[in-house]
Amino acid sequence: MPEVRVVNLTKKFDDITALDNVSLTVHDKEYFSLLGPSGCGKTTLLRLVAGLIEPTKGEIYIGDKRVDEVPPEDREIGFVFQTFALFPHMTVWENVNYGPKVKNFDEKESGTIVHEVLELVKLHERLGAYPNELSGGMMQRIAVARALAAGAKILLLDEPLGQLDAKVRNDIRYEMRKMAKDLNLTAIHVTHDQAEAMSISDRIAVMKKGRIVQVGTPQELYMRPATLFVANFIGESNFLEGSIADVTNGELIIELRGGAKVYAFGNRVAKDERAIVVIRPEVLTVEKKTYAGKNVLRGVVEKITFEGTFIRYVIRLESDDVVVVIKPSMTERWFDIGASITLSFEPEKAHVFPYPEEGLTEEISV
Amino acid sequence: MNSRKLNDALNALSSKKAPKYTTYIAAIIIFLALILLPPILGIFTKFDTIQQIFDQPALMDRALIAITNSFIIAILVSAFDVIAGVPMAWLITRGKSRWLNILDTLADIPFIVPTAALGYSLLLFWNGPEGISALFGGSLISPGWLLIALLHFTFSFPIVVRVMVGALLDYKMEFERASRTLGASPFTAVRTVTLPILRPSLIASYILSFARSLSETGATFIVAGLFETGPVFLQDVKNELAVSNPPLYEGATVFTSIILIAVSLAIFAFIRIFGSRLRLPIKGIWPSFERKLSYKRAETSRNSITIVVFLLIVLIPSLFVALPAFIALFNGTLSNALSGTGIWSVYWQSLVVSYTLAGIVTLLSFVIGLPMALMIARKRFGRFTSNLFDILVNVPLIVPSIALGVSLKFFWQNFAFVPEFLLLVFAHLAITYPYFVRSMTAAFERISLDMEEAARTLGAKPFGVFRTIMLPLTKYSILSGAIIVFTRSISETGATLAVVTTLQTAPVVIVNWVKQVVPATPSDIGLGCGILILLSLAILLTLRLVTRGKGRY
Repeated sequence: MPEVRVVNLTKKFDDITALDNVSLTVHDKEYFSLLGPSGCGKTTLLRLVAGLIEPTKGEIYIGDKRVDEVPPEDREIGFVFQTFALFPHMTVWENVNYGPKVKNFDEKESGTIVHEVLELVKLHERLGAYPNELSGGMMQRIAVARALAAGAKILLLDEPLGQLDAKVRNDIRYEMRKMAKDLNLTAIHVTHDQAEAMSISDRIAVMKKGRIVQVGTPQELYMRPATLFVANFIGESNFLEGSIADVTNGELIIELRGGAKVYAFGNRVAKDERAIVVIRPEVLTVEKKTYAGKNVLRGVVEKITFEGTFIRYVIRLESDDVVVVIKPSMTERWFDIGASITLSFEPEKAHVFPYPEEGLTEEISV
Repeated sequence: MNSRKLNDALNALSSKKAPKYTTYIAAIIIFLALILLPPILGIFTKFDTIQQIFDQPALMDRALIAITNSFIIAILVSAFDVIAGVPMAWLITRGKSRWLNILDTLADIPFIVPTAALGYSLLLFWNGPEGISALFGGSLISPGWLLIALLHFTFSFPIVVRVMVGALLDYKMEFERASRTLGASPFTAVRTVTLPILRPSLIASYILSFARSLSETGATFIVAGLFETGPVFLQDVKNELAVSNPPLYEGATVFTSIILIAVSLAIFAFIRIFGSRLRLPIKGIWPSFERKLSYKRAETSRNSITIVVFLLIVLIPSLFVALPAFIALFNGTLSNALSGTGIWSVYWQSLVVSYTLAGIVTLLSFVIGLPMALMIARKRFGRFTSNLFDILVNVPLIVPSIALGVSLKFFWQNFAFVPEFLLLVFAHLAITYPYFVRSMTAAFERISLDMEEAARTLGAKPFGVFRTIMLPLTKYSILSGAIIVFTRSISETGATLAVVTTLQTAPVVIVNWVKQVVPATPSDIGLGCGILILLSLAILLTLRLVTRGKGRY
């Protein structure tokens, strides 16, 4: 029932277009993330859905009902603010009971609800405390509990984990997803942290400069990025510049700088066009020995970073391009700085994009 | 070259403990010796005369009634001010029209009209033949308690608006938005979340308005008629008895002043202690009724009422004195004034006295107020000392100004060598100092300690930090603090009346004219007030020009 749909939504603040003609559907009971760098319009979109700001143009639907003109208190949404916005002059109990109270619930009924949600976030024993006596993690859970107690079927979360320590953040994000799923809620979660979005969401919309660039499951975004921006923003990618030497049945031959040729698949580019080949760091194999074959590149190890689980090599190719390779640190044999090595990859694991008009740096900048 | 050397010397001095603490301790001693203690001790030097009034039950009854009147008016008027001022501040900060900028400036007008001129202006508007009363075939409101209440409402209104505009601008909208998303209508959100969070500012604006109403003398005296408030009684007693029966005059004055000071302090302490525990009386929520109060039509009518109240009760009455001033331009009064004939020579002298006095007081406030503000804001002598002085600095603010003046006079009489002008400086300093220290303390507190520490780690000496970080960041607060001190000193009447015998400041002259102590025509009074207002307006506009477009840091 509570599906959220926006159609051709635009929001301008004076001369700045914060949201540019965006359309999007978030399904019932879906855990959905809006992901993008700061200033991309994700919080603006969330606030428009909540009714905290009014659209310049476009339509917003919750279920079948158009809600653009409906004030926030009648949209039946729960909003969790980045700063939590717990009322400092009220106790935990009064904060959580605020929604039932202003909605004029029966007193007994609201008492039961408040107990239930506080049970759910495991803060039942702190109900007499004031917000300034709570830790960040507790405040976050109270903020969620407060939104739930008001009877929200749609949970709007504005960077809800942004103020928390890394370790607490990791724990809470799984709890959040579990809670939303257990209670059959529709959740829209705004974040700039791609790892957070990937681990928590059913689907993600990646946004840039007021537009949605790609919508998909975490796997889709990672495996089949629609643009260079997504390829760079989700996970990590190597970008090799070249031009299309030949196209046969969807197989492309790309001539890199310095003349080396690589093979890949793709239908976004035509013969003689400038192109970018995108390769994830973990799909590159590294070997000491020299051999000939398809997609074999030579290079020298320039830098090694030990990251615990992984070891990261920065390698300068003969074409003068620099690529990053990630290998599990426990299983692989290590290479030394200055070592000459051979890299290779399977053609179907690379993506080819036309060279962006405004230049590569501008296209992938966050 | 020389300033460079001076700077180096000060830098070197400031990093040594002794000179640094000497500065703070000197500021504290000056505060205690010149500002805090004389107004309180003065009363007690004449304490033995209090017996006089106990022998005169009729006079004592009159005093007690006058004091009661003062408190009733102050309590009620301040409440109305907060009720009317909050919607106005709301409109200024939350409204979307660009006209609101003008409204913002207009709201300050009653603040800069010298109170004596303000009193006369209100008298003309509500009671004079050219004023609004003409529409009703006679004088609409006679001098007396209602006119006093209207007057106090008018001059306290801008204080409430100023404080609440500042508070609303600093308020985090997130709380109100959160309340809306939880299902509260706009009215409910404001009532249950915004106002409770802004309670400290509401209390502060109430106290300021209360203190101002309780202590205002000059304008009240003009509109009082036969009705007496505490300050008016003190002034009447002075006129009636100061010459004929000095001991009785002193006894009545000591008696009235002590009660006024004691009760104000008690109320102030009560509000400070219990204000923070005070909850809004209404706990229930009526969703459908409050919803009706929230939407378009209710909002439009609320805004209209706010603007009408502001225009009709605050702005137009304040400026009504411009009408006779305008007539005065054409009926020869202007040439009299310019040539300084008759009563006008005293007027011009009084202007010189007023502006010299205000200039000196502003400078002194700055010199002795700044170290005090820094000491309080940065807790140089620990948290307890800071809190203590934070409260003590406010004491002169809640002592009724005429009582303060009387007490000062009694105190300094013991030191015959102190000239009258210096007495005026002390009186004005005591009244204006709290404003300057308050605004500077707040400004210093807004500067993060990190910034100071960063400057120190980069190699700046304490004085260097003050000069290169603290001063530039608080430049506009200093300027606006100085303007408040200056305009407050220009318009101060109550304490001045109590202190002086021969010297006259401009407000004193105006009061004398209106009360016909010195015979003056309406044109004279109108022009006299008009000139005062124009000069104050010029200062305010200069300030706005200087600070325009400069954002706060």
